[in-house]
Amino acid sequence: MSATSSPAISLKVEFGGGLELLFSNERSHTVTIPARAPSPAGADTDVHPPGGGGRPADIAFLIAWLRANLLQERAELFEENGTVRPGILVLVNDTDWELEGEGEYVLKDGDEIVFISTLHGG
Amino acid sequence: MPPRSCALCNKARAILKRPKTGQQICRECFFWVFETEVHNTITEAALFKPGDKVAIGASGGKDSTVLAYVMKTLNDRYNYGLELFLLSIDEGITGYRDDSLETVKRNQQQYDMPLKILSYDELYGWTMDAIVSQIGKKNNCTFCGVFRRQALDRGASALHVDHIVTGHNADDIAETVLMNIMRGDIARLGRCTLICTQGEDTIKRSKPFKYAYEKEIVMYAYFKKLDYFSTECIYSPDAYRGHARAFLKDLEAARPSAIIDIIHSGEAFEVTEVIKATQKVQQTCKRCGYMSSNYLCKACTLLEGLERGGASPSVVGLLVTTASELPFNGLSLQTNRMQGKLDAVLISADNMRTIPLFQTPSTLRPPMSTFKEQLSSSTQSQVIIDPIHLSTLA
Ligand SMILES: [Zn+2]
Ligand SMILES: [Zn+2]
Repeated sequence: MSATSSPAISLKVEFGGGLELLFSNERSHTVTIPARAPSPAGADTDVHPPGGGGRPADIAFLIAWLRANLLQERAELFEENGTVRPGILVLVNDTDWELEGEGEYVLKDGDEIVFISTLHGG
Repeated sequence: MPPRSCALCNKARAILKRPKTGQQICRECFFWVFETEVHNTITEAALFKPGDKVAIGASGGKDSTVLAYVMKTLNDRYNYGLELFLLSIDEGITGYRDDSLETVKRNQQQYDMPLKILSYDELYGWTMDAIVSQIGKKNNCTFCGVFRRQALDRGASALHVDHIVTGHNADDIAETVLMNIMRGDIARLGRCTLICTQGEDTIKRSKPFKYAYEKEIVMYAYFKKLDYFSTECIYSPDAYRGHARAFLKDLEAARPSAIIDIIHSGEAFEVTEVIKATQKVQQTCKRCGYMSSNYLCKACTLLEGLERGGASPSVVGLLVTTASELPFNGLSLQTNRMQGKLDAVLISADNMRTIPLFQTPSTLRPPMSTFKEQLSSSTQSQVIIDPIHLSTLA
């Protein structure tokens, strides 16, 4: 089984509150990520187990994937200890991710994930 | 996970977990409780009375943008009878403030409020770009903070308003409490938690978002689709404040009530008589008439250093205190060595650009004779240096 035939899901990812500056100064991105993440959480994101092993892609995996594949600079302002840096708000389909299981939320094709920094001056 | 219904209306789907209470609430209930809590903060502290002219310190950032929207909403909903203005300071930072001022100009249209923009250039003759090109990026936040505070008061005076409201939120206040603890600045610790401050003849300043969490302010802006600007200042941000903020966010992640708890801790500190006795008596700046605890106000002192160009960094450094809080009431210390250095700076101002005379709003203005007497009486100048800043400058 080759990597190209691995199932994938497509997501809309948005950055705000200054975070977009770390992602090519683009607020809105459409990304396609592997539908399954290596297990356990925190393992190397470049390794996708063949045959549907691992765990379903969740937001923790998305954060690691964004850091490895989309982020352009200053990774420490986005990711810390396998999750977003404290002070970054996350919404899943316009709902606070704290109501959706945070990093353990299992992503579905077409989900919209928004990351907003609260750390920039008011 | 099944969708949860709102803890307040039990009908709509919850979209937010409140950091303060842990409640899961829907969008409409969130708007309502957020606005109502700000209204309660305003009424419990009796911040305004009908007919007040109130300027909203507007930077184009999230807090002041949400504040302008909420102040307008509450003024209409509860008939506060306030006349609201937007007051913005243009520090003269190309690529930062010019962009954020565009946001404020859009807010002026969206909220239908008169906007006054006062620039460092017109007031001091110096833009931050020019200041940084002269002094570098080391102390520029101090200049900016001192200049902004006085500029806001002068802008308010020009608008004839009696009151400035700023977007400082609960996170900002908790962060300032932490910084004052870490600096040992007990005198400022209790004061930084006050919702409203007013000096002898200064314009009132208050913080209607004192109990509003940053998370909720940002969520409010997101769900209301408010238009705000969010880019870091291009000149070095205050690194110390940044560390305090990161620490606070770590605490909040572990226990969301940490922010309110820290504010309450700050409020619980009592400033003893011994510490109060060392606080400096207020007077007016002998050059520009602005409130000052020394012969010259901080802005005039810093401006003099800039105008001289050659003022050694150590002398400028001696005069540098924290940017965020004026008048300066920290624990104080006097030394003869510093007195000598200050005397060297306080020579004739004839050939320098200076700041126009400060006018307090008519309602608060002291009789002119008093002011002239203060100007003519030669008051002995004293150097009061914050011991903490001395150590950081050493
Ligand atoms: Zn509800
Ligand atoms: Zn002055």
